[in-house]
Amino acid sequence: MFYREAGDFKTSYREDSQTFPIKFDRWRFWAVLALAYGVVPIFINDYWANAVFVPFLIYSIAAIGLNILVGYAGQVSLGTGGFMAVGAYACYKLMTAFPEVSIFVHVLLAGGVTAAVGVLFGLPSLRIKGFYLAVATLAAQFFLVWLFNKVPWFYNYSASGQITAPSRQVIGFFVTGAQTTAVSKYLFCLVMLTIVAVLARNLTRGTVGRKWMAIRDMDIAAEIIGVNPLTTKMTAFMVSSFFIGIAGALFFAVYLGAAEVGEAFGIQKSFLILFMVIIGGLGSIFGSFAGAAFLVLLPVLLKNVLVGSLGWPTDLAAHIELMIVGGLIVVFLIAEPHGLAQLWRLTKEKLRLWPFPH
Amino acid sequence: MNAKSAGHTTADGRKIGGVLMEMKNITLRFGGVTAIKDISFDIREGEIRAIIGPNGAGKSSMLNVISGFYVPTEGEVWFKGYKRGPMKPYQVARLGIARTFQNIALFDGMSVLDNIMTGRLTMMKSGLLSQALWIGNAEKEEHAHREKVEKIIDFLEIQNIRKTPVGRLPYGLKKRVELARALAAEPKLLLLDEPMAGMNVEEKEDMSRFVLDVNDEFGTTIALIEHDMGVVMDLSDRVVVMDYGKKIGDGTPDEVRNNQDVIDAYLGVAHD
Repeated sequence: MFYREAGDFKTSYREDSQTFPIKFDRWRFWAVLALAYGVVPIFINDYWANAVFVPFLIYSIAAIGLNILVGYAGQVSLGTGGFMAVGAYACYKLMTAFPEVSIFVHVLLAGGVTAAVGVLFGLPSLRIKGFYLAVATLAAQFFLVWLFNKVPWFYNYSASGQITAPSRQVIGFFVTGAQTTAVSKYLFCLVMLTIVAVLARNLTRGTVGRKWMAIRDMDIAAEIIGVNPLTTKMTAFMVSSFFIGIAGALFFAVYLGAAEVGEAFGIQKSFLILFMVIIGGLGSIFGSFAGAAFLVLLPVLLKNVLVGSLGWPTDLAAHIELMIVGGLIVVFLIAEPHGLAQLWRLTKEKLRLWPFPH
Repeated sequence: MNAKSAGHTTADGRKIGGVLMEMKNITLRFGGVTAIKDISFDIREGEIRAIIGPNGAGKSSMLNVISGFYVPTEGEVWFKGYKRGPMKPYQVARLGIARTFQNIALFDGMSVLDNIMTGRLTMMKSGLLSQALWIGNAEKEEHAHREKVEKIIDFLEIQNIRKTPVGRLPYGLKKRVELARALAAEPKLLLLDEPMAGMNVEEKEDMSRFVLDVNDEFGTTIALIEHDMGVVMDLSDRVVVMDYGKKIGDGTPDEVRNNQDVIDAYLGVAHD
């Protein structure tokens, strides 16, 4: 009914290889984009921005980054928190060292610094795979957090050991610091997410993406058809860390405003983002969004329902909430191990034929 | 048929050229096990060369030496008139050698089309940045290669499954997709490791036809390992027979068929 492919003819390879080959999908994509850019900023307030939208956007960026590494290139990483910390501290150092340069540039540069660090910690992936690589990246996580704690240069010798984002503007609107408004935070993160999503989509549909997936699915065969494992894995680490670095920079500068490395970028952050990628769907850009939405929105929703509607005490609700989220993760993974993206794909296939399945 | 001349034409009108690849005294050892013992043979341009032998004879090891996956312990591999030093497998691919595997090595998570497109990776030149922004060369290149790949899809008659994930395909089609992926690289030398293993008669006939068509239409040199004697004798121009890592026969199918050593290896020898 909704997904009619019949009559939707493609006459060029360009049309055939577009991101949303079905007309209905394309319409819906533009509708969502219009909603995100046109409607949400009108209604957004501080609560919605801080509790829902900004963390969702930032975690989506991080999840896309990690999905490129784990979902597309098949290299397991538990160092996401550490790499986000690199992005955050790089952004902080750049913001304080070059106050006159736009924060937009700083965030991108922070991504670049993280990319370099990611490549460095990605080198073990040439020799080790799977769980062993996960442990090696875990080392990166602990090392980076330790480094940012122990070397005062990184936090500009501040007494508290914290980093605090100074006020910065983008085209006249404050996006960091105390004077920021919900709208400007939201839009800044949204623009970043849009850029990241488009880049990720372009990379994964072309040659680079095929190399990544070839290495993921069967590295020996990939090598025999001419994929250089060294450069392929390193580009995966580079691109992934670039995005994660951007997410880290935004998380610190826009969302938190002030951060302490162990608290903001500890191992639990690595796991959180890995869960997003797994629940959302490995090897799917949409899955990154879905996973981030699931893990950001569900706790907020549950809290509102339990405390707001049912009037439970806050501490009880907080514990129940953890149990429900945990239970739902298990249920979802049993129902569909390939994540929400696969669930969505199956729904679409059903909808194509609905209401006449035969 | 004089095998020593620089080139000749077969009975069915195909051109066989000079030597494309030459294996000189290849020995391959894994620790104490000698998989290949002092084997020499050549592969000529445009021919279909079969390697046969009983189980464990070292055929697959030989193919792995040709494809650069194993580096021979002793001996030299000459390709296009140059001696080939130790190389990484991906460098061999860039020389123009493509292969299929005995137990299919496709990328299960990708569609048929993407799998075949990976065969052209070595020819794609656009950089990371232009691909990320999908401007300039990246898109043009993608579509140019897509056109070539579509020709191969037509050639192997797999148009209807081009968007299907490979993991969902039946065995026979997977083999065909793997052949398509190898062909997409436009190889000088195509190595087929048991292309008909586990197929029924009909699928074998299809596959044989494709192998012959590939050789005929693109002039691709083919080296193949196969167990089905009927197929080997019908398809190949020359056959190498191996047993226990040694070469026991080399020549046209007729010569090999009448070679006493080969008969002994396949049928056994009477011990008295």
